[in-house]
Amino acid sequence: MAENAPAVKGKGTVFVRLEVCKGCSYCIDFCPTKCLAFSKEFNAKGYHYPVLAKPEGCVGCDLCGLYCPDFAIFGVRLKDLEKAPRK
Amino acid sequence: MNETLKAENPVLPYLRQDRLPHIWCPGCGIGSTVNCFARALTESKLDLDKVAIVSGIGCTGRVAGYMNLDSFHTTHGRAIPFATGLKLGNPNLKVVVYSGDGDLFAIGGNHFVHAARRNMDLTVICVNNSTYGMTGGQVAPTTPLGATQTTMPYGNFEPPFNLPFLAEACGAVFVARWTVFHVRQLIRTMKEGLAKRGFVFIEVLAPCPTLYSRRNKLGDGVDQVKYYKERSAVKDGADTREVGLSFQGDIAVGKFVDRDRPTWLDAMNRHYSSVLHDYHEVGHAED
Repeated sequence: MAENAPAVKGKGTVFVRLEVCKGCSYCIDFCPTKCLAFSKEFNAKGYHYPVLAKPEGCVGCDLCGLYCPDFAIFGVRLKDLEKAPRK
Repeated sequence: MNETLKAENPVLPYLRQDRLPHIWCPGCGIGSTVNCFARALTESKLDLDKVAIVSGIGCTGRVAGYMNLDSFHTTHGRAIPFATGLKLGNPNLKVVVYSGDGDLFAIGGNHFVHAARRNMDLTVICVNNSTYGMTGGQVAPTTPLGATQTTMPYGNFEPPFNLPFLAEACGAVFVARWTVFHVRQLIRTMKEGLAKRGFVFIEVLAPCPTLYSRRNKLGDGVDQVKYYKERSAVKDGADTREVGLSFQGDIAVGKFVDRDRPTWLDAMNRHYSSVLHDYHEVGHAED
């Protein structure tokens, strides 16, 4: 599954499975730090998917992951990511 | 650096990934409730081999097919009777009924009433989208007064069910309502409901952008979730007679009822133990 390479500048980042996103904008509208935005590109189904427009704002709270009805996006804190074993 | 960052979505192990992407429309809230349910399962630390999920027919009825648990997608309205049989056949299972308002309260209304009366040990999660989503937006028993639907083109004049009141009046031991906006609270309540013994009823309000919102010119799914955000107020322990829903009106959310009554199996064991001399108790032996 295609995942966009996360941009890392803040305390956290998001992973998006582009091809299952349906562009409902839940994650973008309810992001507490307003750091997500629609992409200019389309995915294979013709939807605009979310991208991390302000990577410095993301704190990895995973609220986008809780809202996402399509299980396409989730956020992680960088400190949690570093603890996890690399695959 | 970017190539080294890898993580797996924590919800995916709970889903049958060969069935995804799911059939729900863009902006539909059912997926968010499934997301919360998967996280509630993680937090509750239940043995997933002992959790079964039963759904009826409808958009929400698809949940049983997407969850990577022992699941059954049964006939329309009969999710609760099937779950009752499952629970009584194997009382060590944690049985979750996950279905929509049309399935549980229209065709399955009678079963709901009696399972609540008997205090059957089930966790019932009802995703209420105020309409019949899968069949084309007909008026459901939960459609608020004044809402326009395909079978009520001049607005609905039938008073809807107040689901928490119905559940409490019939005897449910745990009644709560949240919306798709309240994801963290919903996870907490689902976790509590999974741990509670007896008939647990959790109502989740979800937008139906394709039929309900579009017929009523309420915008997209996310606009409906914003309405939930603006007009909902947490009223824990509120009188369920006063938590009815109106068209785009105020929404009372929270945990309304949390009480204890003997479950059907407990009552049966107690009764037959006192009446019959050579009776062996069934169920909950391994608890």
